Amino acid sequence: MQIMFLVLMKERKEEMKQNQGALSKLGSLAILMGVLFSGCGTNEVGGDGLSGAVKVDGSSTVFPITEAIAEEFGKSEPRVRVTVGVSGTGGGFKKFCIGEVDINDASRTIKPSEEEKATENNISYVELPVAFDGISVIVNPKNDFVDYLTTDELKKIWEPGSTVQKWSDIRSDWPATAIKLYAPGVDSGTFDYFTDEINGESQACRSDFTASEDDNVLVQGISGDVNALGFFGYAYYAENKSKLKIVPIDNGSGPVAPTQKTINNGAYAPLSRPVFIYVSTESAKRPEVNAFIEFYLDNVGSIANEVGYVGLPEEVYTLAKKRFQGKVTGSAFNDPKNAGLDITELLK
Amino acid sequence: MNFQKIGQVDSNLPTRRFKESIFRRLCQLMVFLAVGVLVLLLYHVTHTGIKWVDSDFLNSFPSRFPEKAGIKSALWGSVWLMGFTALFTVPLGIATALYLEEYGKKNWFNTFIEVNIANLAGVPSIVYGLLGMVLFVRGIGLGRSVLAGSLTMTLLILPVVIVVSREAIRAVPQGIRNSSFAVGATKWQTVWHHVLPVSLPGILTGLILALSRAIGETAPLIMIGALTYVAFVPEGPMDGFTALPIQIFNWASRPQSDFHSLAAAGILVLLTVLLLMNGVAIWIRQRFQ
Repeated sequence: MQIMFLVLMKERKEEMKQNQGALSKLGSLAILMGVLFSGCGTNEVGGDGLSGAVKVDGSSTVFPITEAIAEEFGKSEPRVRVTVGVSGTGGGFKKFCIGEVDINDASRTIKPSEEEKATENNISYVELPVAFDGISVIVNPKNDFVDYLTTDELKKIWEPGSTVQKWSDIRSDWPATAIKLYAPGVDSGTFDYFTDEINGESQACRSDFTASEDDNVLVQGISGDVNALGFFGYAYYAENKSKLKIVPIDNGSGPVAPTQKTINNGAYAPLSRPVFIYVSTESAKRPEVNAFIEFYLDNVGSIANEVGYVGLPEEVYTLAKKRFQGKVTGSAFNDPKNAGLDITELLK
Repeated sequence: MNFQKIGQVDSNLPTRRFKESIFRRLCQLMVFLAVGVLVLLLYHVTHTGIKWVDSDFLNSFPSRFPEKAGIKSALWGSVWLMGFTALFTVPLGIATALYLEEYGKKNWFNTFIEVNIANLAGVPSIVYGLLGMVLFVRGIGLGRSVLAGSLTMTLLILPVVIVVSREAIRAVPQGIRNSSFAVGATKWQTVWHHVLPVSLPGILTGLILALSRAIGETAPLIMIGALTYVAFVPEGPMDGFTALPIQIFNWASRPQSDFHSLAAAGILVLLTVLLLMNGVAIWIRQRFQ
C-alpha cells in the first residue's frame, strides 16, 4: 500500500497545479457518504415488536447451541440484536462478572473466585443447565493403533510434569513416534472440567500442548496431524466425524465411546457433564433478555440434539424455566448439599 | 594511451552486456514470482468462492447452515466502521499535519511529536487493539460498539494519514504561499484558500489508501471483542458489530469445507470493496486536479 501511495505521490508532485475549487468539491463526497449511510438501516418489524440487545459470550463448547438458538430467535424477533462471542467459559465469566454481558455460556459451573467478583460488582445470576456434553478424546483417523485409553493413561499423558513424549510411553507396544497434544485453552471450561476429573485438580496440567479457546482450531489441528491427540466437546466431533477418530474411555468398567446414548445414560463417565448458561438477574429484567431465555429453554431440547449435544429430559427444562421465572439465584450444582443428586432432583 | 583504454572497454563489453541481461532476467523473474503468487491466490479464491456470491449471500445473516449463511451483517458492519473512522480521521489527521507543516516551529517539542508519529506508524496493529480495549471499551465505557471499533481504527491509521498529509502539504510550492502573503492574506487565508486545495488530492488519496488498510484489519477488532455471531445491521454508533475480516476468519476457522468456500466468497466481497475504495482514490485524484 505504501509503495502504491509513494508512486501516486510522486506523480502528483510532478503534475501539481493550483486548484481553488477543490474544497467545494468535497461537498459531493460528503453527499456520497450520506447516501451510503442512509442505506444501512433495516426497518423490518416482526414478533412482539421487542427491540434492544442481548449480549452473550463464553464457552466455545456451548457456542453451537446458543448460535443456533440466536439464529432461530432472530426469525421470530428480528428487532432484537443478539450477539454471541467465544472467549471460553473463564473469559466469558470475566466479562459477565463485571456486567459487560447479559448471558455467559459455561461448560462448567461458576468458580468461587468468579462468584466473589460478581458479588463485588452486585451481579447475581440464575444458573440454567441446557444440555449434556461428553468431553471427547480424539485422535487422527490415520491413527490405527489407539483402540481405547483408560483414565489412568489419560492422567499419565496430561498430568503436570508428565514424561509422555512418544506413543510408546503410554503403552509399550505402540509406536515410538512423537505424540502431539491439542487441548482447549486455560480459559476454557472444558479444560477445567477435564483437568479436574482426570488430573484431580482443576487447571493442573502439563503445559506443552497446542491450545485454543476455539474448538474449531483444535479440530483442524488434529485432523491434519497423524500423531495428534486432543479433547473437546462432543458436538465438534459429531460435526466432523469423517476427519476425526474418537477414543473410547475405560474408567475401570470397560471402554465406552461417547455417543448420544452413552452420554445421556451416564455410561460415558467421568467425562460427561451438563453445560450451562448463566443469566444476569439485572439483565433478565429487560423484556428482550427475558424473551430470549424463555425461547432458549423452550427450544434447546430439540436444537441441542440437532447440533450434536444431548438434550436434557423435558422435565429439567420445565424446572429450569420455573427457576428462571422465580429468579432463583446461586449455583445449585456447586452447592455441597446437593452432592450426589441427579439433575432433576437438584433443580427442585 | 587513450586508445588502449577504449580498447579495454571494448573487450569488456560482451561480459558486461551478459551481466546486464542476467540482471534483467532476474528482475523479470521476481516480477513473475510476485504476480504469479497473487494470480494463483486470486484464482484459488475466485474458483472456490464465486459460486457462493449472489444476492442471497449479500442479503443474508450468518447461519449455522452454510447454504443459508450470508455476509450482510459483516458488510454493513464494515461500512459503519469505515464511515466513523473516516469521520474521526479526516479532521484529526489533516489538522495535525497542517499544524506540523505550517504552524509548528522547529523546537524540541515538535520534533518529539514528529518522531513519535513516525514510530507509531510502525506499531503492530494488535497493540492498538489492546489500547482500544483498555481505553475505549473499558476506560470510557463504550463497550464493544461501532464507536469503540472506529476509534481504535482511527488510532491505527492516524499516523499514516498524518505522514501522508504532511508530505502532500510539503509538496505545495513555496511560491504559492509567498504570493498569497504578498497580497496581504493572513496565514489562515493562505492555508484555507491555497495550500489545502492544492494538497487535497494527495491528502485524500492517502486517506483512502489508509482506510483500505483499516478495512482489512482483523487483529485489533478481535482484541476489542470479536463478536462471532452477529445477525443484525448496526443502527447506531453504540451497537455491536462484526466486520468482513472477522466473519472471514470465523468461517475459515470452521472445519467444514462448505464454510471454507464461504470464507473465499467473503474474501471476494472484501476484495471488491477494496478495489472500489482504491478506484475512488484514483477518481478523486483525477477529478480534483
